[in-house]
Amino acid sequence: MSSTPAAGPPRFAMRGIRKAFGATVALDSVALSVNQGEICGLIGQNGAGKSTLMSILSGALQPDAGEMWIDDQPFTPHSPIDARRAGVAMIYQELSLAPHLSVMENILMGAEPLRFGLLDWPRMREMAAHALDTLGHNDIPPDANVGTLSVAAQQIVEIARAIAVGSRVLVLDEPTSSLGRADVEHLFELLRNLKSQGHAIVYISHFIEEVKAVADRFIVLRDGRNAGGGETASATHDAIVALMVGQSVDNLFPRSPRTRGEAILEVSALEPRKNTEEHGRMPASASFTLHRGEIFGIAGVLGSGRTHLLRMLFGLEPVRSGRVRVGVYSGVARPHQRWMQGMGLLSEDRKEEGLALTLDVADNLTMSKLSPFGPAGLLFPAPQRSAAARWISELAIKCAGPAQKAGELSGGNQQKIAIARLLHHDVDILVLDEPTRGIDVGSKAQIYRLIDALVADAPGHTPRAVLMVSSYLPELLGLCDRIAVMQRGHLGEAVPAETLTEHELLMAVTGGTAA
Amino acid sequence: MTTRSLIERAGTFVGLVLVAIIFGLLVGPQFFAPTNLELMARQMAIVSIAAVGMTIVIVSGGIDLSVGSMIALVTVVIAQLLRMGVSPLFAALGGIATAALCGSLNGVLITQLRVVPFIVTLGTMLVIRGAAKGLGEERRIEAPATWLNDLLRVTRGETFLPSGIWAVIVLSLLVALLLRYTRFGRHVFAIGSNERMARLCGVAITRTKIIVYALSAAFVGFAGLLQFSKLSVGDPTVAVGLELDVIAAVIIGGGSLLGGRGTVVGTLIGAAIMTVIQIGCSQKGLANWVQQIVTGGIIVAAVALDRFRSTHGSGAS
Repeated sequence: MSSTPAAGPPRFAMRGIRKAFGATVALDSVALSVNQGEICGLIGQNGAGKSTLMSILSGALQPDAGEMWIDDQPFTPHSPIDARRAGVAMIYQELSLAPHLSVMENILMGAEPLRFGLLDWPRMREMAAHALDTLGHNDIPPDANVGTLSVAAQQIVEIARAIAVGSRVLVLDEPTSSLGRADVEHLFELLRNLKSQGHAIVYISHFIEEVKAVADRFIVLRDGRNAGGGETASATHDAIVALMVGQSVDNLFPRSPRTRGEAILEVSALEPRKNTEEHGRMPASASFTLHRGEIFGIAGVLGSGRTHLLRMLFGLEPVRSGRVRVGVYSGVARPHQRWMQGMGLLSEDRKEEGLALTLDVADNLTMSKLSPFGPAGLLFPAPQRSAAARWISELAIKCAGPAQKAGELSGGNQQKIAIARLLHHDVDILVLDEPTRGIDVGSKAQIYRLIDALVADAPGHTPRAVLMVSSYLPELLGLCDRIAVMQRGHLGEAVPAETLTEHELLMAVTGGTAA
Repeated sequence: MTTRSLIERAGTFVGLVLVAIIFGLLVGPQFFAPTNLELMARQMAIVSIAAVGMTIVIVSGGIDLSVGSMIALVTVVIAQLLRMGVSPLFAALGGIATAALCGSLNGVLITQLRVVPFIVTLGTMLVIRGAAKGLGEERRIEAPATWLNDLLRVTRGETFLPSGIWAVIVLSLLVALLLRYTRFGRHVFAIGSNERMARLCGVAITRTKIIVYALSAAFVGFAGLLQFSKLSVGDPTVAVGLELDVIAAVIIGGGSLLGGRGTVVGTLIGAAIMTVIQIGCSQKGLANWVQQIVTGGIIVAAVALDRFRSTHGSGAS
């Protein structure tokens, strides 16, 4: 694919990789290779197949077809442990360290040096110090508890672990998402250093600028296929974006006539109370206005602070300063009050926060508002079930009935239940965080129609207002009236959606010039 | 009720029937004689009513280890109040109120200090036991005989069952209704199933949890009253380790320590299974250690069976 200094076969190669989940083809004849002493960037939009590819590389998933090699030896991992033994080290966004153990214990986890069957502490300290030294980080003490280190230092410990156990291929997934500017520079320096020592590195990122800065070559995935690639030195930001976007389908998105009504949500200079590293980048400050009869979109990559902004609005995260006005109410409020004020939040994390999977559909759907089902704190199951049944049929939710456990439904149907909660509550402002994450195309289309209908002009129906966050840009462009870009904690100016192309929006989101 | 939940409940009930049949065969037909059944009912009353309260706590995803200590404190408080000349009714209410207060303390500590319930109640278990001993001056407190001593008395056919048993039945029914037919009940399930989802839906988590612990403790207070009735004295060293029997009854009855699951009926069946084993073993002349091994085995088997059902039987509905 390119001329590289290393002779012989690539350190790692995959070819013809295919993986399907039911009828959905996640990956189709994907190829990727990386040589010794090379950094290969892997770029793609959300849903392009990056995470499936990662899972295959790490042995968590097995491909339906295709082959992989390490140093010309066939590589067929059946589990993550297999892959690690074969020399593939994965460094995920979420670090996998034991925070209560020391740096050296973490670095040599599973490969501890022994002496007469007991831990050889002096040697362990020496080995860990050596690994850190190789990375140019003898500033990290091997005896320190990992939990006391900064996120950047923890990441170095994780890389040191990969080096210490003799990994042949290092795969980093969005490694900069929780780092500050200076730490990102340090990390790049370290990766270049490792490269010169002959390591093979796969670098996955949303940020095109980062890939250009650190990688020698890049590969773009789009809709589960190789969309192109080349030398980073000779590719422009623009050209890479063009490869990522391809041509988009927009007939998925209905657009009924809408009339922008009064301002129903006003946010000015909202700032979080804590700016801790563990939460990644947070909104430094955000201002915008949402009107009835419009869909306002916030575009941004994971970790840009977009989710945090919605959670602050809804009273789930502490606010330091700023003004919020919801209808006639002003000031910050707790979730209970937000519901009362006519605002409802759809969580991005369906399993952990959106739904109670062990409870039935009716409880999940009506939990925020049980008062219609009986006087004085009483709750009669019959009206609760019939209210749930109404939304089940209205939204075409496939389930055995209101008494079925939510956990037994498919992702798309679960998401519809979570959205139906906002409809049951009859809120004016729907705050939707990733409304179509992890659901099938058919359910997506239904949810798009539903969102459009909520803000549409229709006789006998007051249009609602929708605030939505999504990392899937065609969805924002197809549904929203106005879009603002959130990047590294800053919310930009809102722009009419029709003046934006996917290309421009992607440029803005991934760190090019603002749209 | 769905077919599914029917099967879930029937599972525990089938367990009870099996255990009863086994001991029926071992002991003989007199095992099912009315007097023997009444004996069992009296035997299980204390654990049952405490376990009904514990069901609420476990459904909410919590646990309360201070139950045994609360029962001891309640017996001492009732005895002391009776000695002071307080009327039996108010002495009983005073005992129950003391327990509810202890429960509120648990709830406040859990929600305000953000310490897990296991640790908080492990601490209050000692604190309350200490308080009981202090109040009882480390000995049994004799109290004047009143009608409180008759709550669990053998009826000898005069009435159908002792009044204490009737109270347990009525209170259990109330809790079953509370969990199913009130907003509070559904909020408790929501918190236990997914606290973050409950928070998102605007459930008042702190308030609900404090009420859960206070209410559950009030039932423990009633268990303490029954304990006093049985002993007719206040004993600060009584009911040590009883919380484990109480928790076991809830777990055998299908409650999950992860929260979000549990029923009053299941809990009562769980308590009944343990009682049948206890009485059966002693009437068969089996030693106490056999009883303990069997009960322990049943606890593990019940939970393992439940896990097996939920992973392999999801098509049951």
